[in-house]
Amino acid sequence: MSAPHSPLDVDRVRKDFPILERRLAGDHPLVYLDSANTSQKPTAVLDTLAEHYTRHNANVARAVHQLGEESTAAYEGARDKLAALIKAPSRDEIIFTKNASEALNLVAHTLASGLADDPHYRLGPGDEIVVTQMEHHSNIVPWQLAAKRTGAAFRWFGLTDDGRLDLSTIGELINERTKIVSLVHQSNSLGTVNDVATVVARAREVGALVLLDGSQSVPHQPIDVTALGVDLLAFTGHKMVGPTGIGVLWGRREVLDALPPFLGGGEMIETVDMTGSTFAPIPHKFEAGTPPIAQAIGLGAAVDYLTGVGLDRIHEHELGLTAYALDKLNAVDGVRIIGPNSMESRGGTVSFVVDGVHPHDVGQLLDEQGVAVRVGHHCARPVCVRYGIPATTRASFYLYTTFDEIDALADGLHQVKRFFG
Amino acid sequence: MSDSLYQEIILDHYKHPHGRGLREPFGGEAHHVNPTCGDEITVRVAIDGSTITDVSYDGQGCSISQASASVLHELLTGTTVEDAFAVEKTFTELMQGRGQVEPDEDVLGDGIAFAGVAKYPARVKCALLSWMAFKDATARALTGAGQTSEEETR
Repeated sequence: MSAPHSPLDVDRVRKDFPILERRLAGDHPLVYLDSANTSQKPTAVLDTLAEHYTRHNANVARAVHQLGEESTAAYEGARDKLAALIKAPSRDEIIFTKNASEALNLVAHTLASGLADDPHYRLGPGDEIVVTQMEHHSNIVPWQLAAKRTGAAFRWFGLTDDGRLDLSTIGELINERTKIVSLVHQSNSLGTVNDVATVVARAREVGALVLLDGSQSVPHQPIDVTALGVDLLAFTGHKMVGPTGIGVLWGRREVLDALPPFLGGGEMIETVDMTGSTFAPIPHKFEAGTPPIAQAIGLGAAVDYLTGVGLDRIHEHELGLTAYALDKLNAVDGVRIIGPNSMESRGGTVSFVVDGVHPHDVGQLLDEQGVAVRVGHHCARPVCVRYGIPATTRASFYLYTTFDEIDALADGLHQVKRFFG
Repeated sequence: MSDSLYQEIILDHYKHPHGRGLREPFGGEAHHVNPTCGDEITVRVAIDGSTITDVSYDGQGCSISQASASVLHELLTGTTVEDAFAVEKTFTELMQGRGQVEPDEDVLGDGIAFAGVAKYPARVKCALLSWMAFKDATARALTGAGQTSEEETR
């Protein structure tokens, strides 16, 4: 099995990520196959963070001094970059949050608050919320809480044996009572890329909102929110070579205007009186308090970096890696892929189990060879329950991943099998 | 490979567990899960007077959690409740000692093989899972509370 050609000059890309030069205990080179957990950061992002704090640090949107203006321009400039990245119709539709979880919670919480003027944006008894069995816990728990608060029903799409959404019941599951469908674009545990168009089409028929969790798709492929047809999109910065502490909620202006405020505080208001307050227009309506300024600016630099390399090329590189990894893993006796075992509608995250060896032991022994993977239920426990396994081992790829690193994973698995054999 | 974590003794207990399987009669039972990795164990304790006459268990999980249960069975079956709690305390101290505690073979027997695990914070709770369940099951046996309960070890 020879490594296919990559559209990326991966050796050059890797020079942008200093951490990849690290050697670990036992003088093993780092083989980082945990990018779905968090990605590594290029020098361009690290330098931008340092530059902001070194030269421009000031609070945003409230200082009249020069540093304040520089900081504000950089923060708002990052918003422009994020809007361009996902082809948002307006920069005002980009809301900075602390992560994807907060973005998802923002939507669940405001719909459940009952504070919206338009009843379409108020959850209550008789309404239905629909998610899927492959969601990250951050797209399950907020909705369970919202259902509990409002009396709305909490429902979900099940999964097929090969790791895809079971859409056979979509006509019944998404119905006139459905207020919102919240689903993941690419599963963080299975790697499945979902058929968003089919879900959106059905949701449109019944007037339900669609929220897409793009945490595992926005970093890896070109995204056009208008083409996707969803109402809201949540994603996080740290999985797309940006800093931690920054996420994004995009929403159609009409939807964000209709939702009531989430957190109250400075900067999200129009005027405050002891008898009541009015609120700023979007995006600031949803950005109470001093935001993660440096992190947003760092994320802007991450967007520049990714678009400079080319998200289409990154995507193609990862598809090549994934096909190679599926071949390699399927060739290891006793390894079983959990999730789609073909390249049809899947991304560069591959979960698997090794016969007779617990994932914790797999991960520990791989770590001793310098191979960093994630083990456990990946914050998506219902997936493990669905497939009757306690946990999986997960390898996930990014623009800096090499074919040699996938060979190292396969070699490591042979060692694991010898050790526990 | 794996000098400090995967001692031969641990692998032996994992591949050939001692006393595995849930048995009757028993005075108390506890089921513990480790929510971060899905390891789980059920422990039953039978007590006659002040003597632990049987510790039986069943579960699934990594080699560390399952081997630890096997060692627990071996060390604590046939001892007095008082001695068992003393062993449990010594083992817990070893596990929480970040690799700084010198293991006492007279007290811990095969349990000293777990000394290396203490250097891996992520794995300490794997090693302690069955011991936590044992503590709960014994407390239930002593108070006559008897049956199972769900607990999470965090």
